[in-house]
Amino acid sequence: MTKLLEIRDLWIEGRSGDDWHKIVKGVSLDLARGEVLGLIGESGAGKSTLGLTAMGHVRPGCRIAGGSIRFDGQELVGASAQTLRDLRGRRIAYVAQSSAAAFNPAWRLIRQHCEAPVCHGVMPRAQAEAEAVRLYGEMRLPDPDQIGFRFPHQVSGGQLQRAMTAMAMACKPDLIIFDEPTTALDVTTQIEVLAAIRDIVRNHGAAAIYITHDLAVVAQMADRVKVLLKGEEVEDAPVREMLANPREAYTRSLWAVREFQPAPRDPAPASPPLLKIDGVDASYGTHKVLENVSLTVPRGRTVAVVGESGSGKSTTARVVMGLLFPGAGKVTFDGAALPTTIGARSRRLLQRMQMIHQMADTALNPRHRIREVLGRPLEFYLGLKGREKEARIRELLTEIELPPDRFIDRLPGELSGGQKQRVCIARALAAEPELIICDEVTSALDQLVAEGILRLLDRIQRERGISYLFITHDLATVRAIADHVVVMQHGRVVEQGDKDRIFSPEHEPYTDLLLSSVPEMDPDWLSRVLDQRRAAAS
Amino acid sequence: MASKLSPIPKLVLRRLAIGALTLIVVSAVIFWAVELLPGSIATEILGQSATPETIAAFNAQFGLNDPPLWRYVAWLGNAVQGDFGQSLATRRPITDLIGDRAFNTFFLAAYAAVIAVPVSILLGLIAALDRGSLLDRWISSSTLAVISFPEFFVAYILILIFAVQLGWFPSLAGVTPTMGLAERLTVSFLPALTMVLIVTAHMMRMTRAAIVNLLALPYIEMAELKGMKRWRIIAIHALPNAVAPIVTVVALNLAYLIVGVVLVEVVFVYPGLGQLLVDSVAKRDMPVVQAACLIFAATYILLNLVADVIGILSNPRLLHPR
Repeated sequence: MTKLLEIRDLWIEGRSGDDWHKIVKGVSLDLARGEVLGLIGESGAGKSTLGLTAMGHVRPGCRIAGGSIRFDGQELVGASAQTLRDLRGRRIAYVAQSSAAAFNPAWRLIRQHCEAPVCHGVMPRAQAEAEAVRLYGEMRLPDPDQIGFRFPHQVSGGQLQRAMTAMAMACKPDLIIFDEPTTALDVTTQIEVLAAIRDIVRNHGAAAIYITHDLAVVAQMADRVKVLLKGEEVEDAPVREMLANPREAYTRSLWAVREFQPAPRDPAPASPPLLKIDGVDASYGTHKVLENVSLTVPRGRTVAVVGESGSGKSTTARVVMGLLFPGAGKVTFDGAALPTTIGARSRRLLQRMQMIHQMADTALNPRHRIREVLGRPLEFYLGLKGREKEARIRELLTEIELPPDRFIDRLPGELSGGQKQRVCIARALAAEPELIICDEVTSALDQLVAEGILRLLDRIQRERGISYLFITHDLATVRAIADHVVVMQHGRVVEQGDKDRIFSPEHEPYTDLLLSSVPEMDPDWLSRVLDQRRAAAS
Repeated sequence: MASKLSPIPKLVLRRLAIGALTLIVVSAVIFWAVELLPGSIATEILGQSATPETIAAFNAQFGLNDPPLWRYVAWLGNAVQGDFGQSLATRRPITDLIGDRAFNTFFLAAYAAVIAVPVSILLGLIAALDRGSLLDRWISSSTLAVISFPEFFVAYILILIFAVQLGWFPSLAGVTPTMGLAERLTVSFLPALTMVLIVTAHMMRMTRAAIVNLLALPYIEMAELKGMKRWRIIAIHALPNAVAPIVTVVALNLAYLIVGVVLVEVVFVYPGLGQLLVDSVAKRDMPVVQAACLIFAATYILLNLVADVIGILSNPRLLHPR
C-alpha cells in the first residue's frame, strides 16, 4: 500500500501566557490510502491537535515546533497558505465534533455543502447540488431532495452530523479527519450515524483519521488504533489485536469505568422511601415536557434516571428541586409534601436536598477560593464559624481525597475537571444532605476521572447513607452505580425497576433499543446489531 | 418543511408600538423640560422695559396662561397632524421655519453617512482580517485619535487646512435652497468630513469587535478547513452573522449625525436644525425648541427601531423557524 500521510517526529506547542508548553511530543504516524486510523486518548492527550495537523492546521495559540507532515509526498510543515488552502476541503476534509456549531447558522446546508467544490473549481454549482442530494441520500438523511434547503437550526443533531459528513465527501477527498463526530449524540442516534459514516468511508475508499475517547466506538470504525497519553504515543496496533491483547496498562485502563462494580449492598431496607414523585406533569410555556412521571428513591440507595436528551430527566430534577412548578402531581420528601417552589421551602428543607451539576466549571464561582466555596454552605446551613468552619472544610477536602493544605486556597481555575467536580461534591456534602441529585456529573469527564468520581460517590453513600437521584444518559454509568433504574423517553417513564431486572432481557422495546445501542468493544458489534435490527424489522 | 407562521410580524409590531410609546413619553419630557427653562418669551421679545400689562396681553394672545397639561395636550394634538404652531419670535408657522432647516440637516447627515458607513465597515473588516498586524493597529489608533478631539477642534483644523491654506473648500457652509447639488456638496464638504471623522472610529471598532468575536467560532474554523480564503471567510461567513451588532451601532451613529451636529453646524454656520435650536433657546422661542427636539427624538427612535428590525430579520432562527 502506498503511504498517503506520513507524520514524523511531530512536536506541537501551545502558548499559555508567555510560556510555550508541549502538546504533542514527537509523535509519528503513517496512514495508507483507504485506511482508517483511530486516535484515542483522554482530553488533553493531543489527539485533536494531531488530527488537525494532518491538514496543516494548528489552532490559534499553537505552533508546530518540529517534525514533518507529508501528505501524498508533499510537505505540509512550512507550506504556503495557498498550498494548504488548495488541499483543504478538496483532498483533505474535516468533520467536527459539534455539527451545530460547525455549520454557519446564517446559511442553508446545501450552500455550505457546495462551497468547497465550487470554490475549488472541482465542479459547477448545479452539479455540486445534485451531488449533495445524492450524498444526503447515501448518508440516509430523510428527504434528501429538500433537507439541504434547511438552515442548521432546523434539523436535528444526528441529521446535522450526517449532513456534515456528506459535506466532507463533497470533493471526494483522499483523507477525512473525524474529530469526535458522535460524542455529542445520544446512543440511539450515534449508532445510525456511525453506520452511515462507516459505509460512506468504505464505499468511497477514503482514508480517515477517527478521533474519539471511546474505545468501543473506535473498535467499530478503525482498522488500526493509536493510543495517545499527554501528547505521546502509548501504543499503535491493528484494532482486533489491541482489543484482544493490549500491551500497555494505560490502554487497558481506558475501559475501566465499564468494569467498575460497587461493593454489593444489603437488600433495600423496608423503611418508607425518602423521595416520592407521584404523577407529575410539567411544561415549559405551552410545551409539555413531563407527563405522569412517578418514581421513588429509597433511603441510602441510588436511583438512576436514564434517557436521551429531551427525555425530561433534568426537568424531573428541576421539579424536585423546586425550580420548575409542576402542573400536576405531588412530590413527597420524607413523608411530607414538598412545597412546589424553592422560595416556599425552609432552609432546613433546602439543606436536606443538594444538587451536583454536569458542568463543574460553571457551577463554581471562578473568583471564590475553595475555602469560600465550601465555607458558605457550612455557614449558611450549619452556622459554623471561625476555627470550627476551617476544620470542617479540611475534613471535607480530605473526604473527597484532595489534600487540604494544597487545595484550600486554590481558585477553581487552578483545578482539573475531575478535581472541580470533587469540590462540587464536597459542597453538596457540606450541607449534610439526605438526598443528592446528580445531574450528568460524569458526562464531561474522561473515563478514568469519571470512574474516580463514581467510586467516591459510592464510598460516600456507604459511609453516610445518602440517597442519590442520578441523572445520566450513559448506560455504562448506570450499570456501575445504580440500584434502581428509571428509563425515560419523551417526558414519560417507559420502564423502571431494579438494575438487574432492567439489564436482563425481556423489557420494553425502547429500553431494548437503548441498551442495544451502547457500543461494545467487539469490532463486529455494529454490524451484528444492524443485522439483528434489520432481521427484526423484516 | 412546511414553514410555520413566522414570528416576525408580531415582533416588528411590538417594536413599533414600543417606539410610539417612547415617542409620547419623550414628547412629555421635552415639553416639561422646556417649561423649566428660566426666563419668559414675553420679556425676551418685548424687552426689559415691557410693562406688566403688555406682558399679560402677550401671554394671553399665545395661550401661555393656560395650565401646562392643557397646553401639552393641545400641542401634541396639533403636532401629530404636522402643525407645530407658530414661532413666537417671528410669528411664522414653525413648519415653514423648520422645513428647509430639517432638509439641510438630513442632507448633511446623509452626506456624511454615505461616506462614513461603508468606510468604517470596510476598515473594521480589514482590521479584523489582519488582527494584531501593523495595519490593524494603525487603523485603530488613528480613528481613536480623531475621536478623542472635540468636534469643534476637528472642524477648525479642517478649516485651517482645507479652507485657509489649500483653499479647496469654503470655510462657511452657507447652503441655500436654490443651490445645485454639485455646489451643495462642495460647500458642505467640510462639515460632512468633520462628522465622518467623528463617527467612523465607533462604527469601525464595533465592526472589528463583532467580527473578531465570531472568528473564534467553530464554523469559521470549518470554513478555513474547507480551504476558503481569509477574505471570503470574513466577508461571507462572518459578516452576515455580525449584522445585528453592527447595525445597532450604525443606527446610533446615524442618529448622532442628525442630533449631535449642533456644534458642527455652529462652527460652519450651516443653516440646519441644530443652529435653529440654539437660536431658539436663546430667544426663548419655546414652540420651535419643542418642535426641533421632537424631530430629533423621533429620528433617534426611528433609527433604533429600524436597527432592531434589521437585527430581527438577520437572525435565521427567527426568519426561518423550525
